[in-house]
Amino acid sequence: MNPVQSRHFRTAKFDFGSFFFTGLTGMATLLILAILAVILGNIIVNGWPGLTWHFVSTIPKKDFFDPATTGVLPMIIGTSIRVFVMTLFVLPIGVITAVYLTEYAPTHSPITRVIRAAVNNLAGVPSIVFGLFGAGFFLSFVGQHMDQLLQNPGPVWGKPTLLWASLTLAVMTMPVVIVATEESLKAIPPGLREASLALGATKLETIVKIVLPQALPGIMTGGILAVSRAAGEVAPILFTGVAYYMASLPGKLSDQFMDLGYHVFVLSTQSPDIEKTRPILYATVLVLLMLTFALNFVAIIIRARVRKKLRAFG
Amino acid sequence: MGIHRGHKARPLEWLAEKGIFLVSLSTILVVFLIFIFVAREALPIFLGQENSALIKQVIPAEDMDKLKPEELRAYLGLTEKKFAAMDKETLQMLMEVKVEAQNEIPSHFRNDPDAKVNTTEWGMMVKPRQWTGYDKPEYIWQPIGNIHKYNIVPLIVGSLKITLIGLLFAVPLAVGAAIYVSQMASARVREIVKPVIEMLSGIPSVVVGFFALIVMASVLQSIFGYQTRLNAFVAGIALSFSVIPLVFSIAEDALTSVPRSYTQAALALGASRWQTAWQIVMPAALPGVFAAVVLGFGRAIGETMIVLMVCSASVMSWSIFDSARSITTTIAAEMAEAVVGGHHYRILFMLGALLFAVTFISNMIGDVVIHRLKHKLEGKR
Repeated sequence: MNPVQSRHFRTAKFDFGSFFFTGLTGMATLLILAILAVILGNIIVNGWPGLTWHFVSTIPKKDFFDPATTGVLPMIIGTSIRVFVMTLFVLPIGVITAVYLTEYAPTHSPITRVIRAAVNNLAGVPSIVFGLFGAGFFLSFVGQHMDQLLQNPGPVWGKPTLLWASLTLAVMTMPVVIVATEESLKAIPPGLREASLALGATKLETIVKIVLPQALPGIMTGGILAVSRAAGEVAPILFTGVAYYMASLPGKLSDQFMDLGYHVFVLSTQSPDIEKTRPILYATVLVLLMLTFALNFVAIIIRARVRKKLRAFG
Repeated sequence: MGIHRGHKARPLEWLAEKGIFLVSLSTILVVFLIFIFVAREALPIFLGQENSALIKQVIPAEDMDKLKPEELRAYLGLTEKKFAAMDKETLQMLMEVKVEAQNEIPSHFRNDPDAKVNTTEWGMMVKPRQWTGYDKPEYIWQPIGNIHKYNIVPLIVGSLKITLIGLLFAVPLAVGAAIYVSQMASARVREIVKPVIEMLSGIPSVVVGFFALIVMASVLQSIFGYQTRLNAFVAGIALSFSVIPLVFSIAEDALTSVPRSYTQAALALGASRWQTAWQIVMPAALPGVFAAVVLGFGRAIGETMIVLMVCSASVMSWSIFDSARSITTTIAAEMAEAVVGGHHYRILFMLGALLFAVTFISNMIGDVVIHRLKHKLEGKR
């Protein structure tokens, strides 16, 4: 077979393998996209009619299963506060850790590897284990000792509270912030740091005044991703702070709170009449999705930009 | 030399660096604390100090003086602080209360051999037992009623069953999509499809659980026509939705990190697109795909809300169309009822520690494999 014949042979014969393989893997991709589309479509179509101003601005009475009078205001507020308090803890710690890993850490030292392994591990710990940790550490260890120390007559901190739920979530979302911040720090061209150092700035000044402002979009991504992840998590707050029902909004860090995700769980598993409560269930899910998903969407767009920048400097 | 003037010249710099280092150590501290505090609550179970038997050996109050203080403290189940604060009469009263409590147990329980069994022993937790009223030895998890049965085998089987179904569904899809996106698709398609698939991970698990419970369960039942509407199969499929984005990202990452020179060489030698993808890129990235599966396993076995909402009856069965109760579900559902410090509470923490250990190991394996692969392919780090 000479080369000319061989080329003729290749072009003439339809490359069935490639066609089949592309089709198969393409189908897998399409199926995943379809799953996403079906879930989102189903929730939006069924949830939209129930999403009224009255629904999002009402504090429900004791029976929140009644579609006419119910609302999700306390849940929206509860979820927002717990996520906000979490951010106060997780952002500084996460950003500082990322700064250490990218700017200071010696590349091959064992301690750096252990920190990295810890971060990766933390990302893989099941959320329910975080819940147990929150109950075992924050509630029954820190909380009870605080009560003893402050000589509270009853348990103030040794019970589920907003603060403990937020701290548990902060521990859980630490890797999210660290990884996103690290990614954006790496995307900053080394020349920028060198220029700053060459002009006489110290390392700390360079980091605070040059590197961190440049990395801000990435840090924001990390924060947003953490918020979006934490807002939808239910398992870690089950034993650390969430309440089935509360007549008033949480006012102190030692209060319990109502939560959107937990409310979705309650509405879908404990409803006395699932057909009757279906509209409010869908509407609640839609509110939760809007909160987490919209944030996630923004984060993914910023992240895509950061990655592009990273590739440009590769 | 001039740059490295040491910390004497710039105390603030030195302090900041040390401070930053200390903060970054908090990640290690946290992993450590999780381990310590989950294991701490479960320690009496691991050490076999817990006794859940309904009928226990009691010591008459008159014999108090025969016991050593330490034995007495353990017998009464007091903390050292409380024990030290009590005088002799209070202790004697506590002992009498214990004797009376035992005397009040109805006689039909007294004759039940189950009532004398400590169900928190390891043998009771992993081996089947023929309980009164059953005609053969069985694995039973039933932490309510007079005799708490704590056999963890049904829970482990339940977890594995749901996880395996989830992985069987998720892995081919996710890896297929990863191959398509990284090898077959054009750059434009890749830019769009990749973030969209990653968006799937942005759906909270409670929403996936809700969707599976309200919509998917009925649809699947009408397709397959099985008996129980909520079963391990539905849970597994729903679970796969949360595993797919994870497996996809890691596998895609591994496939993309295969140097372009590999593909170029293969194509130049006359291999077709799919031969290149399947015979050159895939084998090179295989450890990464393996790691993706291992990490997906860790995610799946730890998933709580989806499984909690879809099925929760604790049945010992390998059939995928039966209900199943996973370890995570058990913890989430029963923690609220468990008395803090009681044996049920401690067993739930023991299950948590078990779960932590399993995910810790699978994370470690996944991590090391990815690290080595990157090292090999990129020749750095």
